[in-house]
Order: sequence, then structure tokens, then C-alpha cells
Amino acid sequence: MKDLAENSGQPPGAAPNAPPAIELRGISKAFGPVQANKDISLKVAKGAIHGIIGENGAGKSTLMSILYGFYKADRGEILINGKPTEIPDSQAAIAAGIGMVFQHFKLVENFTVLENVVLGAEEGALLRPTLAKARKHLTEIAEEYEMNVDPDALIEEIGVGQQQRVEILKSLYRHADILILDEPTGVLTPAEADHLFRILRGLRDEGKTIILITHKLREIMEVTDTVSVMRRGEMTATVKTAETSPEQLAELMVGRKVLLRVDKKPAQPGKTILKVEDLRVVDDDKVERLKGVSFEVRAGEILGIAGVSGNGQSELLEVLGGMMPATGRVEINGEAIDLTGKHSDGRSRRKRGIAHVPEDRQAEGLIMDFAAWENVAFGYQWDPAYNKGWLMDNAGIREDTAGKMERFDVRPPHAHLAAKSFSGGNQQKIVLAREIERNPDLLLVGQPTRGVDIGAIEFIHQRIIELRDAGKAILLVSVELDEIMGMSDRIAVMFDGRIMGERLPGETNEGELGLLMAGVTSGEGKA
Amino acid sequence: MMDVMPRWADVVLVPLISLILAFGISALVILGIGKDPVEAVKLMVTGAFGSTYGWGYTLFYATNFIFTGLAFAVASHASMFNIGSEGQATLGGLGVALVCLALPWPHWAIALPAAMIGGALFGAAWAFLPAWLQAKRGSHIVITTIMFNFIGAAVLNYMLVNVMRPEGSMDPASAKFPAGTNLPTLHDILAPFGIEFSSAAPANISFLIALLACFLVWLMLWRTRFGFELRAFGRSESAAVYAGISPAKIIIVAMLISGGLSGLMAINNVMGEAERLVLNSVEGAGFIGIAVALMGRNHPVGVALAAILFGFLYQGGAELALWMSIPRELIVVIQGLVILFTGALDNMVRMPIERVFLMMRRNAKAGE
Repeated sequence: MKDLAENSGQPPGAAPNAPPAIELRGISKAFGPVQANKDISLKVAKGAIHGIIGENGAGKSTLMSILYGFYKADRGEILINGKPTEIPDSQAAIAAGIGMVFQHFKLVENFTVLENVVLGAEEGALLRPTLAKARKHLTEIAEEYEMNVDPDALIEEIGVGQQQRVEILKSLYRHADILILDEPTGVLTPAEADHLFRILRGLRDEGKTIILITHKLREIMEVTDTVSVMRRGEMTATVKTAETSPEQLAELMVGRKVLLRVDKKPAQPGKTILKVEDLRVVDDDKVERLKGVSFEVRAGEILGIAGVSGNGQSELLEVLGGMMPATGRVEINGEAIDLTGKHSDGRSRRKRGIAHVPEDRQAEGLIMDFAAWENVAFGYQWDPAYNKGWLMDNAGIREDTAGKMERFDVRPPHAHLAAKSFSGGNQQKIVLAREIERNPDLLLVGQPTRGVDIGAIEFIHQRIIELRDAGKAILLVSVELDEIMGMSDRIAVMFDGRIMGERLPGETNEGELGLLMAGVTSGEGKA
Repeated sequence: MMDVMPRWADVVLVPLISLILAFGISALVILGIGKDPVEAVKLMVTGAFGSTYGWGYTLFYATNFIFTGLAFAVASHASMFNIGSEGQATLGGLGVALVCLALPWPHWAIALPAAMIGGALFGAAWAFLPAWLQAKRGSHIVITTIMFNFIGAAVLNYMLVNVMRPEGSMDPASAKFPAGTNLPTLHDILAPFGIEFSSAAPANISFLIALLACFLVWLMLWRTRFGFELRAFGRSESAAVYAGISPAKIIIVAMLISGGLSGLMAINNVMGEAERLVLNSVEGAGFIGIAVALMGRNHPVGVALAAILFGFLYQGGAELALWMSIPRELIVVIQGLVILFTGALDNMVRMPIERVFLMMRRNAKAGE
């Protein structure tokens, strides 16, 4: 391990010569044959924001789970403030002053903020005294760190940004000095993320130690003091953020030079392929999810839909993919498609030349228990090419799969392996191979690189661009603003079931898109 | 990541060890009531496999369990927990009886296909309403099929007492089927080959039809488009919707096939053995089918093997009760233990075996 930051990464809030808040020595952890963490050593100075970056499966979460007492390390030592500490469970982690904010919040939806904060830390058999005490304490903390949350609001009634603050408050209420945040910005708008970073800086200045786990290079550069890079279970480097660059970090993460920008020629848009007019969707709870969406996608262009998740993008993809009924009008190549009736399903859509890479490949795009070859036929099992008379042509499908796996560089290239045996990136390549090689007129793509390693991201982006250059229309939905900015030829921003505006990527910036994503139209934003 | 265990360990070793554990505990129970477990095992094995008479009963029971096991397995692959085999088989019996009594059938070879259609149709019909309620209204299939078991029993009771009972008879049973519907037993089938098979045992041509059903179910599940869609839906409903597979269609058709298979069982117990319709003719075979399917990993080959094992337990258990003055209830305990270990406690055996395989693999790697 090269430790460029040895003794030099003293952050503002740190006392000189103080022992590191966290020190890990030679932590190893194996799950069966998989070595998730290999001999990891790490020092995080007190009062620092320390980033841990790495691809999926690099071992970040395992390492943090060891620190939080979910897993027991096979070997190695944990020192908290210089003292060797055993952390057999999360109670011990809390006692050692460690708090964790998970990617998926662990809050009780129909409890109030106050009740959630107290949950698990109740004192005595009666709730009332604890609640009264907690209310006072909570107000103090909230004031100290400028985290305003109404203690009596129900969790289900407050926004995700606020919910995350409740998670942080929970940790602080339990006197955490070390706060671990796992991919905290995944569900936030840029503005909410900025607010979070302000809170984190405030906490650091008060002497708290913060560990930020993320795969977003931009966040690392923006908010951390020092950063460690993990690759394949090993800590490959720890550097001072000020002395590194996104390119260097990406290279350390992947082990080779990576193209961070999407390389593409200007689009050559042709005739209109997809025309959507006044699309509306009401879900099972009678909530209107799409409130009159209209747009067009032309041949040879990528229309990117930006927005914070949960603002109707998923429903838009599902309607176009035939998974959900809707009202309004949708035309493919000038012909209307059925949005409610018998011909409103995935199969009819595929027959009309619409291919769909769904947002959630594990729950929708693939059957995880099915072999790769079965997944290659999945959705197209009716195709005569995959059938011989009454029976399916399994041998033919396997052969086809072998070709697809080779062309899309799926590793390992074994058609008989279950989908769940592949990494996220390779799973996504299987889905892409299936959908892109159909040569569709329109490709719907949702979150193409979510949970995909950086090396595969490059490949996936190239394949989508290639399809565009072949004169196909592409509708790209992503919550990653970088991806939208890099891939799209036009950008539409969705907020609360509506399209707030369309921009050209060359003529806009993240700030403007961020405002649109938060529902502020440009007039108000500039004022 | 790879599968932890080789396939043979998954399909052979785990059930085998579960079985040994179940028999081990059963032996302790037999010891506990002061009997000799070794003698009991001997008696069970000779009773079930020691003579063609024993075989005849073992295979007769196994035939019932193959049909109900397949029925459960097919529904299971569509993630439907069909508890209603018992009721569907009961109604299947009614269907078979109505067909058999409808005409003076000249020959069994004509009566059998007709009876199969009757049994399968009635069984499928009994599964249709729960399936429809699940597909369209979201009523849980477990609840509705259980309720339909009771309704089915009541329907049979009503039909036998009020409609089908021959005039003057005090017995709640149908009239005897005409001789033209009597199925050839294994004795009749094997005699031309020079094999002496007991003529007293009820095993009949239905056993061969059950084996054929195993093959067809396998073909349907793993070689046809519908089977592909059914299994895909069973693994992930959201993915099935994405692929344009209609959940309602899969639920209903899978349940119709499942109910039809349950109903087919009646050609064995009603047409093949009793040769008339009696009350409670299914005798719990519908529930045993669940255990058979669980133990057979929902695969037709596994179902056939597990059905023969349960046939052995039934027949051997009956012998035990007859010759060793071991109470009949204890046989139920042994059967229960087998179900418990092979079905419910599967993971208890699986986890340690997986760990052993992991260690072996790690050692093998270290040795390289």
C-alpha cells in the first residue's frame, strides 16, 4: 500500500500528535472462496472527512460492516482513538462512538422523527420521560449543526433529504464521534447533496470524524480531506484529496487508464421515432405519477431524462415498455401504440421495435436464478428463431448466447451460469446484448450503469452511442447527472411527473439542471 | 461466485442425510416404546419390497403421490402454493366416477382416456376458482385452496349420499363401476412377459400413466415456451411483467394444470382400486404430495423417487402396525419426521454440508 498521506493529512479540526480516530491494522475477511478484504490498514485522523472510493465489490461495504460490527474480521485489529477495540455487534460500535448512515435508511415510516431517533435507545419502561429528554437533546443537536427537522413530523411525510438528516441525528443522539455514510447522495438532488456536504463540514469542524463511502469521484474531490481507494479487497492507496485528481483516482480504482468523458460525435438526428403526447399515469394508490408528459425522440439521437429518482421517470419507462397502463398518446414511427388494452404489454412493444433495458436489472431485466442463456431468450421466448415447432430450441439459444457473450465481452463467458453469478457490470452487459442486438428502432434505457464498475461503464456507454450512430432513437433515464450530461444530445428534466424543461448539454450546466430537478424553473432560479 | 455444492450433493446427498436423520430419530422413538428398531426396519422393508404383493401396494400408493406431487410441483414453479390437491383429487374422483357410470363401457382402453379427461377436468375446475380469485382479486391461493378442500369434501358427501348412492344402499358410496372400466393391474400387464406379479395388489396401469405424466411435466416445464414463461413468472413476477408475460394467464393455466394432475390421481385410487366412488377416497394423498414435491425438489424425477419412498413408508408402515403391535399413530410420527426433515428442516442439513464443501474447496486451492 502506498501511503502518500502518512502524517501529512492533518485536517483543520485535528490536534497535533493525537491518535487517529480510527486505525485498522491488517483487516482480512473472506466469504467462502471470496477474499472481500485483504490485509487492510487505514488511519483516519480525528476531525477529518475521509473518503473511501472503489468499484462495486471492491470491499468498501464489507470493511465498514466490520467496523460497525455486522461482520467479524478473520484477522486484524481495530483501534478507536488509539485504543484496541473489539466490535462484535452494532451495540458495541455505538458504544465505541461509531454511527452509521446506511444507503437505504432504517427508519420506521409511520413513526415521528423523535420516535425514530429514540428507537432502540429508550431508557426505562415508560416512553414519555425518554421522549421529553430526547426532544430537548435533539433540539440542541439540531441547532448546533444547523439540521432543522420537525421532531413531530412523520417520516413518511418528509423528504429524503430530511430523512437522511434524521439518520444522522440518530447517530449524534447516541453520541457518535465517528460517522460513516454509505453512498449518501444516491437519492439526493444536487442541492440536497450540497446541503448534506455543508452539514458534514460543520460536523467535521466540531471535531467529528466522518467516513464517506461513495463511487462518485466528484463528491470525493468536493468534500473530503483524504481519500482511500479500494480495489478487489485491497486498499490500493490513501492520498490527500488536494494532491490528487479524478483521473488518478479512477486509474487507482480500475487499475488502468479510464476514459471519464464519453467520446462521441455530434448527433445526426433523422425522422421522429417516438412521439409522446400528454402522457398520464395514475398508480394503484390513486396518485398521479405522470402529469401530462410530452416529448419526441428522433432517429440517431439520445434524449436524456434527468431527475431525482421518484419523479416519474420510472413510470415513464414502464409505460413505454408496456409494463403499466396510461392515458395519452404514444406514437412509434408515426403509428399510435395501445396504452391500456390487450396490446399493452412488453411483448407487443418488442414486436413494435421497442427494446427496453430496465432500471432494475435484478428485479426486472433478468431472472437471477436462470442461466445466462435462458436470460438471453427472456422477453423474446416467442421468437421463431428460438423455437422449433412446439419446443424451444435450447441448443440454438445457447449458441446465440455464446455469440452475444463474446461480442459484449461478458465475463466469464459461460452461458450455463446463473445470472446471479455474474457481477453487476456483466449482468448489465447480458441485458444490453439481448436488447441492442435486436436492432430496435427505439431503445429505452434506465440507469444503464447503476452498480456497474467504471471499466464496464465505458463499454456500455460506447455500445449505446454505437446504436445511436446506427440511426436508432434512444431514451436514456438516469439519476447520474454526469451520465446524462455526457451521453445525451438533448436533456429533458423531470420533476413531480412533469417535464420542467429541455436543454442542450452544451448550453447548460449542472447548476441549472439541478434547479430544474428541484422543481425551480429557470425564471425563478435566476431571480 | 460459484454454486457452493456440486449438483449431485444438492440432489442426492442432502435428501439422503435428511432421510437418515429422520429414520435415526424414528428408531429412537421405536426404542422408546420398547420395540426393536432393527426388526421394525426389516419388517417395513420386507413388507414393502419383499414380495410382489408388497411392491404392488408400494407402487399403488406411489402412483397417487406422483400425481399429487407433480401437481404441487407445477404450481410451485409458478410460485403458487397449491394446498388444494386433496380437494382437487376428490373432485377428480367424482369426475372419474361420473364418466365410468355414464356408459356401459365396452373396454377399459376406451374408458380410461375418457375417465382421465373427466378426472382432469373436474380437478382443474376445482382449481380454477381459487386461481381466478388469486389472479384477478389477489385472494391468497393458500387460503382459498384450503377452503376448497373442505368444500370439495362436502360436495362429495352430498353427491354420494343424495345423488349417486344406489337405491336401497345404506353405504355412502356410488354403485360399482361396470366391468368394462376395470383397469389392468400390474399382474395382468406383466403376465405376458412371464413375470408373476401378485394379483391381490392394487397397482395398475395408472402407475405407467403417472410415469408418463412425469415426462410430460418435465417436457412442459423445461422445453416449452409456456414452461419457460411459467418458471420465469415463478422466479420473478416483476421481471415477467417486464418481459410481457401475463401474470393472470400464468397463474390460471398453471393452477389448471396442477388441479388437472391432482384430478388424474382418481384413475388410480377410484377407477383402478376401489372401482366405485367412496367417501374420503383420497386419504390425505393430496397433502403427502406437498412433501413429495418438496423432497423431490419440484423436479419430476425427484417427485417420482420421493413418491416411491412415501409409498414404501405407507405400505411398510401398514405392515408394521399389523405385525409388531406398534400403534398406527407411530407410523404417522415416522412419516411426519420424514416430512419434517426432508421438507421443513432442509437448511439444517444443507448448511453444514455446504460448509464442508467450502472447506474442501479452500483446502484444494491451498494445496495447488
